[in-house]
Amino acid sequence: MENSKTAERKMAMANIISDETIEYVGILAKLALSPEEKEQAKKDMGSMLDYIDKLDELDTEGVEPMSHVFPVKNVFREDVVTNGDMREDILKNAPGEKDGMFVVPRTFE
Amino acid sequence: MELLDMTAVSLAAAIRKKEVTAVEATEAVLSQIEKSEDKYHCYVTVDREGALAKAREIQKKIEAGFEGPLAGVPVAIKDNLCTEGLPTTCSSKILENFVPTFSAQAVLNLQNAGAVILGKTNMDEFAMGSTTETSAFGVTRNPWNPEHVPGGSSGGSAAAVAAKECFYALGSDTGGSIRQPASFCGVVGLKPTYGTVSRYGLVAYGSSLDQIGPLCKDVADCAAIMEIIASHDLKDSTSMKRDDTDFTKALKEDVKGMRIGLPRDYFGEGLDPEVKEAVLKAAEALRDRGALVEEFDLSLVEYAIPTYYTIAAAEASSNLERFDGIKYGYRTENYEGLHNMYKKSRSEGFGPEVKRRIMLGSFVLSSGYYDAYYLKALRVKALIKKAFDEAFAKYDVILGPVAPTTAPKLGESLSDPLKMYLGDIYTISINLAGLPGLSMPCGMDSKGLPIGLQLIGDCFQEKKLIRTAYTYEKARGVFGGKGEEIYGKAI
Repeated sequence: MENSKTAERKMAMANIISDETIEYVGILAKLALSPEEKEQAKKDMGSMLDYIDKLDELDTEGVEPMSHVFPVKNVFREDVVTNGDMREDILKNAPGEKDGMFVVPRTFE
Repeated sequence: MELLDMTAVSLAAAIRKKEVTAVEATEAVLSQIEKSEDKYHCYVTVDREGALAKAREIQKKIEAGFEGPLAGVPVAIKDNLCTEGLPTTCSSKILENFVPTFSAQAVLNLQNAGAVILGKTNMDEFAMGSTTETSAFGVTRNPWNPEHVPGGSSGGSAAAVAAKECFYALGSDTGGSIRQPASFCGVVGLKPTYGTVSRYGLVAYGSSLDQIGPLCKDVADCAAIMEIIASHDLKDSTSMKRDDTDFTKALKEDVKGMRIGLPRDYFGEGLDPEVKEAVLKAAEALRDRGALVEEFDLSLVEYAIPTYYTIAAAEASSNLERFDGIKYGYRTENYEGLHNMYKKSRSEGFGPEVKRRIMLGSFVLSSGYYDAYYLKALRVKALIKKAFDEAFAKYDVILGPVAPTTAPKLGESLSDPLKMYLGDIYTISINLAGLPGLSMPCGMDSKGLPIGLQLIGDCFQEKKLIRTAYTYEKARGVFGGKGEEIYGKAI
């Protein structure tokens, strides 16, 4: 165990995903779930997290988190434009378009 | 030999020798699509006119002296690879009407080599799934038995090769999405070393795990396709510069002295006895040809799935943030304000499996749980990589099954997500460690469904895989030939 407090909290989370947690995660995920979907999400996330908690069996003290398998660093290239103007074609994919711009809902009153 | 039974390499040779034209090959494969697509549904989009026009153009170029190992050969592309001017949906309602303004680098590489693109193949929505059943546009059926799934997420690509609805296909593999459908459909599939094929233009799922690779009829095709699609690309900052991508040089029938390790954990509980027998028989065939085959303990196998689903879900939740109903894709009709529009568009546009993974990913990245879940998984990933490093100090190739069973029946997997995830046990750790993995048919079970053999190599050791696979393919001899509609070397 890396940290018994963390582990305890995880245990509690995995077993009982609260309505508040689902609400909060829904906000982070930018998803509006129906009441049925929320119930299902509680069940699914609970069982997945119970399963993921298996990783606590492993002692990872002192192991560096590995985000990339190769030791690559930032890759730079010259700041040169290589593509042409594709504005019209790009805007064709937009759900809302006006005067060569994306249309978005009113963001403030 | 009937035209549709030709491998990509042999068709290209026949086109070079003027025995057949690219146009005739394209017409033949398009009429096969017309004939069997109702039954299998391999494609989301078939670009009939575009393919024929391209075939005519390539044929002229070939006659004028253009050369390429696969010039004029029709190919199918998984629908998460961007194709300029041709819809790219990721089999999701949210991208139903999306037409890219550019093509993926791997697709460009094929086009520059004279490929004829037939269309876009069906897949699990955003490559999340192992059966192609999570597609928003209907399931794909396994050509060997339409009651069964083709595997996933590159199920449309694998089924299209098996059903002779293309000569080869591109897929993508995040946790087994090339190798497992290849196994279920009796074709060859390769997930290259991470960074070998540019991910530019591949709609990202788990960016640190995703790789593009071929699904094809035999090992020679696999090597030839890899030579074309592998390239160093500044547009993908994880792209690797390699000077050993002359993969066809490895097509040698020789495994003398090749050290092959069989991980005991890959042959234990949960593995179907018929799959086990076929895979062990393949190992024996390689031993008979001079390979040094032995069992060993690859540790941490049971931790790969929880590690994978934490990392993949985290990356997916971040990557899929871009689908917000503004720049492209689906936008809900009724909404109140910007945030409500985001939420409603995403909720209506994504299917259940995608939402499940976005939710899980958002949770493991949330403050308070980031260290306990996400960083923990990245630490275990480091341990898994180390376990493979130790194995490859002793062995050239690791040999095992691709999946615990052959293709399940349609509808059997989706009811229990966790059970579906467990089916990825033998493929998933390869993505975590960035390794190359090759899947090829090694037998059939009593239901007449193909069994897949997996060969795993150390990073950048595709050539050892290709040499081993080529040698085994010669030893195995003809595969399939069960029906006239599916690809089998006996036909």
